Amino acid sequence: MGNKKKLSLSQKQNISGWIFLTPATLLIAIMSFYPMIRAIILSMQSGVGARITFSGLTNYKRMFSDAIFMQSLKNTFIYLIVQVPIMLIFALLLASLLNDKHLRFKGLFRTCIFLPCATSLVSYAIIFRSLFAVDGYINTALVNLGILQTGYNFLSNPFAARIVIIIALLWRWTGYNMVFYLAGLQNIEYSIYEAAKIDGATYFQILRKITIPLLKPMILLTAIMSTNGTLQLFDESVNLTSGGPANATITMSHYIYNSSFKYVPNFGYSAAMSFLILILVAVLAAVQMKVGDKRD
Amino acid sequence: MTKIRNIAKYVFLTIVSLISIFPLYWMAVSATHASIDVIRGALLPGNYLFKNLSNLLIAGDVRGAMINSFKYSIVMTVLALFICSLAGYGFEIYHDKAKDAIMSVLLLAMMVPFVAIMIPLFQMFSKWGLLNTTLGFLLPTLSTPFLIMLFRQSARSFPHDILEAARLDGLNEFNIFLRIFIPTMKSTYASAAIITFMGAWNSYLWPKVIMTDKTSITMPMLVANLKEGYVTDYGVLMLAVLLCSIPTVIIFFLLQKQFAEGITGAVK
Repeated sequence: MGNKKKLSLSQKQNISGWIFLTPATLLIAIMSFYPMIRAIILSMQSGVGARITFSGLTNYKRMFSDAIFMQSLKNTFIYLIVQVPIMLIFALLLASLLNDKHLRFKGLFRTCIFLPCATSLVSYAIIFRSLFAVDGYINTALVNLGILQTGYNFLSNPFAARIVIIIALLWRWTGYNMVFYLAGLQNIEYSIYEAAKIDGATYFQILRKITIPLLKPMILLTAIMSTNGTLQLFDESVNLTSGGPANATITMSHYIYNSSFKYVPNFGYSAAMSFLILILVAVLAAVQMKVGDKRD
Repeated sequence: MTKIRNIAKYVFLTIVSLISIFPLYWMAVSATHASIDVIRGALLPGNYLFKNLSNLLIAGDVRGAMINSFKYSIVMTVLALFICSLAGYGFEIYHDKAKDAIMSVLLLAMMVPFVAIMIPLFQMFSKWGLLNTTLGFLLPTLSTPFLIMLFRQSARSFPHDILEAARLDGLNEFNIFLRIFIPTMKSTYASAAIITFMGAWNSYLWPKVIMTDKTSITMPMLVANLKEGYVTDYGVLMLAVLLCSIPTVIIFFLLQKQFAEGITGAVK
């Protein structure tokens, strides 16, 4: 008898567990997985409104002959290849400097560097747009210092506009990644550093031989997150440069948004382009995990 | 040599700190100036704040956008915390093979880029009549693998003895969660609340897609719309940015530690 009652009690508990996780699980299924399947079906359809027809891989073929989409793909990869490594190295450098027990004003430095994370993406994009405008503060300062004769239109030169986006991204996200490294560094025994210093190791030796190997999982995580974020860049492209000049800074998400909601809506084609982003995210994450997992 | 290196370290950190603060400082100062003085390069607070404010109130419905943003973000925070913590608790406390398998499937959702599901979601939501509604804002990100992970992680440290004692006292499973788990995990809830609120407040792409009506727009949308004019009034624009940033910046300064723990929490 006692045994039977106990069993029903644990069954009861088991059922409670299932009930507890159901709402969250269903929401993710309906709001992420189901739309994903819909997007794949949609990506194989063409037409607008009621005249939807199955078109197989036409949308996918169209992508590669679409000059603007190829430009957006190129732009996104420029941001990825240039900005992400600089940001992660910089974040690592700052975290290792701030992880010094003897450093004064540590909290103040950390707060300042972390602060950009509190601003929304739209806000900082607009601040940077204004700072780098022809009549913006950067130009005013450069003219006053005698470096420039008149204001330079950073945002109308393709190269300069990309640099501005990269500077803005570095400003917004370096502190964010630094926080991950600081959290990771807390798990490393501080005495290892003290011992290395007594042995006469230089800052860069400590960084290379102790900090980086021990932080490897964290570095891998931030690399995957940053890659994922960069492939989905939207707010900056829309609000900082409006994708211009002549689509020189437009990102994939921005172009997908435009072709779904701004121009004549072509949901099928947009879905195909967005599916490519999903594939890129998955492939790059897999590559990074493979590289990061290698034992040396 | 060590001394020089030490000084160089402080100089470097000071420069980086100043670069981090400057754009925000410039934004706040510019909000108190007429556009022409912003262009001239004013770096100290001016006395044009109230003029900018009255111009801003003419340029857009700031009050409405503020109310919308607070409404969407607060409802989102409360519901997301409840749903995800309940699930995280369920996945950890009652874990078995089946539940663990479901959890690892849910984690895949982290890899799905939002743009990839944006169009089907838009179609679904217009069919269900959810455009321009709070529910429409909430649903796609109400339940996230990240938050579930965060609470699953914290449930791991929930003492088994307390659980058993509460059961012996006759508390049912849901009441154990409500009356014992939630109060014990206050700090996890604080971290989760901050990152959820900030994420909801700052979100832009999804509101831009479903808030088609002018009266439903959020603060970031209002700020983004202001920049569209032919001549930019920098004073007014920066004041809008300032108002949009104040809530999140205040939270940041009051609860920086919990914010940092929130973003890194699920990976420890």
